[in-house]
Amino acid sequence: MIEGRTGAWEIVIGLEVHAQIVARAKLFSGAATEFGAEPNSQVSTVDAAFPGMLPVINRHCVEQAVRTGLGIDAEINLHSVFDRKNYFYPDLPAGYQISQYQQPVVGRGRVGIDMPDGTTREIGITRLHLEQDAGKSLHDQHPRDTYVDLNRAGIGLMEIVSEPDLRTAEEAGIYLRKLRSILRYLGTCDGNMEEGSLRCDCNVSVRKPGAPFGTRCEIKNLNSVRFVMQAIDIEARRQIDIIEEGGTIAQQTRLFDTARGETRPMRSKENDFDYRYFPDPDLLPLVLDPAWVAGLRAELPELPDAKRARFVRDYGLSPDEAGVLVAERATAEFFEAVAQGRDPSAAANWVTGDLFGALNRKGLGIEHSCVAPPQLGGLIDLIANGTISGRIAKDVFAEMVETGADPAAIVAAKGLRQVTDTGAIEAAVDAALAANPAQVAQYAANPKVLGFFVGQVMKTTQGKANPALVNELLKKKLGG
Amino acid sequence: MALSHLTDLTLAAARDGLRAKKFSARELASAYNVAVEAIKPLNAFITRTPDLALEMASAADARLAKGEGLPLDGIPLAIKDLFCTKGVLTTAASHILDGFTPPYESTVTERLWAAGAVMLGKTNLDEFAMGSSNTTSYFGPVENPWRRQGDNRPLVPGGSSGGSAAAVAAHAALGATGTDTGGSIRQPASFCGIVGLKPTYGRCSRWGVVAFASSLDHPGPMTRTVRDAAIMLGAMAGHDPKDSTSAPIPVPDYEAALTGDIRGLKIGIPREYRIDGMAGEIETLWQAGIDWLREAGAEPVEISLPTTKYALPAYYVIAPAEASSNLARYDGVKFGLRVDGDSLNDMYEKTRAAGFGAEVRRRVLIGTYVLSAGYYDAYYLKAQRVRTLIARDFAAAFERCDCILTPTAPSAAFAIGEKADDPVAMYLNDVFTVPADLAGLPAISVPAGLSDGLPLGLQIIGRAFDEATVLRVGQVLESAARFTHLPSFIVGAQG
Amino acid sequence: MALDKATVARIATLARIRVGEDELEPLAAELSSILDWVEQLMAVDTDHVPPMTSVAEMTLPMRDDVVTDGNNRDGVLGNAPRAARGFFAVPKVVE
Repeated sequence: MIEGRTGAWEIVIGLEVHAQIVARAKLFSGAATEFGAEPNSQVSTVDAAFPGMLPVINRHCVEQAVRTGLGIDAEINLHSVFDRKNYFYPDLPAGYQISQYQQPVVGRGRVGIDMPDGTTREIGITRLHLEQDAGKSLHDQHPRDTYVDLNRAGIGLMEIVSEPDLRTAEEAGIYLRKLRSILRYLGTCDGNMEEGSLRCDCNVSVRKPGAPFGTRCEIKNLNSVRFVMQAIDIEARRQIDIIEEGGTIAQQTRLFDTARGETRPMRSKENDFDYRYFPDPDLLPLVLDPAWVAGLRAELPELPDAKRARFVRDYGLSPDEAGVLVAERATAEFFEAVAQGRDPSAAANWVTGDLFGALNRKGLGIEHSCVAPPQLGGLIDLIANGTISGRIAKDVFAEMVETGADPAAIVAAKGLRQVTDTGAIEAAVDAALAANPAQVAQYAANPKVLGFFVGQVMKTTQGKANPALVNELLKKKLGG
Repeated sequence: MALSHLTDLTLAAARDGLRAKKFSARELASAYNVAVEAIKPLNAFITRTPDLALEMASAADARLAKGEGLPLDGIPLAIKDLFCTKGVLTTAASHILDGFTPPYESTVTERLWAAGAVMLGKTNLDEFAMGSSNTTSYFGPVENPWRRQGDNRPLVPGGSSGGSAAAVAAHAALGATGTDTGGSIRQPASFCGIVGLKPTYGRCSRWGVVAFASSLDHPGPMTRTVRDAAIMLGAMAGHDPKDSTSAPIPVPDYEAALTGDIRGLKIGIPREYRIDGMAGEIETLWQAGIDWLREAGAEPVEISLPTTKYALPAYYVIAPAEASSNLARYDGVKFGLRVDGDSLNDMYEKTRAAGFGAEVRRRVLIGTYVLSAGYYDAYYLKAQRVRTLIARDFAAAFERCDCILTPTAPSAAFAIGEKADDPVAMYLNDVFTVPADLAGLPAISVPAGLSDGLPLGLQIIGRAFDEATVLRVGQVLESAARFTHLPSFIVGAQG
Repeated sequence: MALDKATVARIATLARIRVGEDELEPLAAELSSILDWVEQLMAVDTDHVPPMTSVAEMTLPMRDDVVTDGNNRDGVLGNAPRAARGFFAVPKVVE
């Protein structure tokens, strides 16, 4: 809810996500889909809508769309139709986009989102359909011209439309991250928002609680979760202000100006709400074999929600901890490799704590981790069997990150084995006490002085003394 | 053999002559290059490719010398300028494709060259194949090589494949490719006294053919004889994986199907094709056709195709609708004409206004309208439902007959400029041809008689993928009709 | 079905074809006469008749996910009325 001058307002949000399909070739042509190629070097005359060119559908793209539908628990429509959506824009060479209008390949589904308070909300999916991506228009390369690169034109997209079930920008962010996670698990979209393989259009309207839906505006082409959330709040605020001042909301397509922090109408789409959809006569209806769909279902990987439940059940992790680990499939797999035959809690802590920290600092994804699961596992083993202390382990880990060396090797090379020999520790303790009589005297009044002595002992043992033993002996000798 | 006599040969005879080494492919191509020049007054060609023809002919001669003869080796053909030909200007007879040189070859022409044929040039047509008279071309109208007795007015060759029809009729090509969307192969064939075959939808690939109406466009051959059409179709037809509507059905030997034997076949005579005010000669010719087929041992059977009269209006909703979308790509950005503008929309609007002729503009606007919000159900969906009824009519009829005999056109050729004021009057030229396009069924027009000295054709419509029967019955008609008349403007000894 | 000037103007904009003010009226008349003639379709009983989806009785053929095309910038840009630095150039669009 947002507070306006006239009371509380509810925001109603629906997201339309455009997810580029992971495939070698485009949806209806044999041109390549790689990101970052030289302009117009990955363009077929079919993509460029030359005279006489015709579309032929890529089977793998259909498969990816169906698998995604299965992954969001949706109905698969065994009979669907491709329609032409007609409008003029330079990045749309044919003057129409091949899409699906009334009979999409995937129907109603759902995505569960995990709220910070531990509850789960179910967000409805209205549909998922296949369509072509458009090319790219560059408006800043020349004073009077827009430059057009058609490399992206014709790449397969899955348009995933949510029901208007979201109520806050925060929910929208969680939903988007969850959807992205599912797509990455399935391998149907790489979810890279900076590169544009995942884009989000946001439908936002406001209403007083209990009132019917208000007029919505669509904010297009948001390319980060952060921008999605910002745009929602800014647009909701804009609409509330208008209504509270007695105005009405014009249904519009808008852009989010990230620099100015405001949304504004998109001029080129002003006059073109009539897309004149009709079934594409160059294509036939898409008819799917139920046995084929069943086969795809059987081979789906374990998805985030199921994996999280299993982690909680089998590893005794908390839902929150498990949630962090399953957000990325690669992380979950890393964790499981480390956790085999070890304390899962320790594995979880090391992965989400020190490992994530190191990877963030180095700008690496877990797939390119400088520390491999057996190495991290080895480190945990060394702590568990008392070879090193937890404190020393942090140093060893830092060294592993820098050099890629195995923990055992580092411990040996640097002589970091924990000192557990009571006699040696006792000697160090006695030395510390003897060297600091003033602090010994303070102990009775101020027990925190223990920490000082622990520090002294650690210094003289190069940190290798077993902390528990040090504490025990100090207390005995000081406390009397 | 004298150059001038070479152009008298049919495609089949020329093929046999080349194989028997009575003359060379180069000689044949030279004769046709001369012929193409000679028919300049007809304006049948937009682009002539005499050097390329000779080059291709030389290659054919080399193959023939080695005894490696391909089915159409050395056969000079004219190509409707709707088929994209690699490296050769392709205009669709429109200003908006100014200068367009495709970097690819259409599948159909690729197959013809792979069969050894030789390209004489690109023929004129109605702009974007929209028309029944070849008077809407940016490059000016085509003249029919036929003239009315005692009348000097130039006549239309029919359309949209008017240039192809005129070239074949005037003996300036051994055959030509055409496309038929509402009758654009058969009607000009009828007006020019030649054979025109519209195959089943999907029989010949549409890849590389400038699209007019995707669900209705049919590439096909236009020739002097039925045998020639069978030979040419055999080379043009076949499955193309680049065209999703291309039929994955093997190509039979169409020439071998010309057995001349139609005994026992049932010939459907549809009562609804007998329209009010139909010219007497058309009726008479139709009856003659019925008699010829009966004499050859076939059995005429009266059938009913109740939805026939709604075929034309249904066509004039569906075809413009698809065309309005297919022609959206002509926008001054990727190829062809660009008229600069102050803004993007200004550029689009000016380019398309300058680039499209009046008939194209008319159809694009109608098409845009019938697809627009609020009208889609009433017009487009309605027309597609009527189309289903037309297809069902034929399906029901084919349970009682094996093919259908009708006139091809409601009249003979008319003067250039006649019917120019009323688009609907022009559309009515296609009343007998359009139903077979809507149903995607194979149909042939065979020259059968004269009216006022001008050719009239008879049409045979067959079951889907039964071009063999259509050709066989067509040839029987051809033999019986003995149409040996030639147009006044013709290349060769009689010219 | 009579089309008025305003409708013709709207359709012309949708179709991106500039029609002069003086052409609107005659064009409206022409298009109206065509649509009037087409109107006769309404007389046909099409209850329970499905719209034709394809004359071809076949299923949608699919291609393998293999790169077979592209890498042909010259071919793609070669016919462009205006190209620059590997791009198609059009009058600038202001969003």
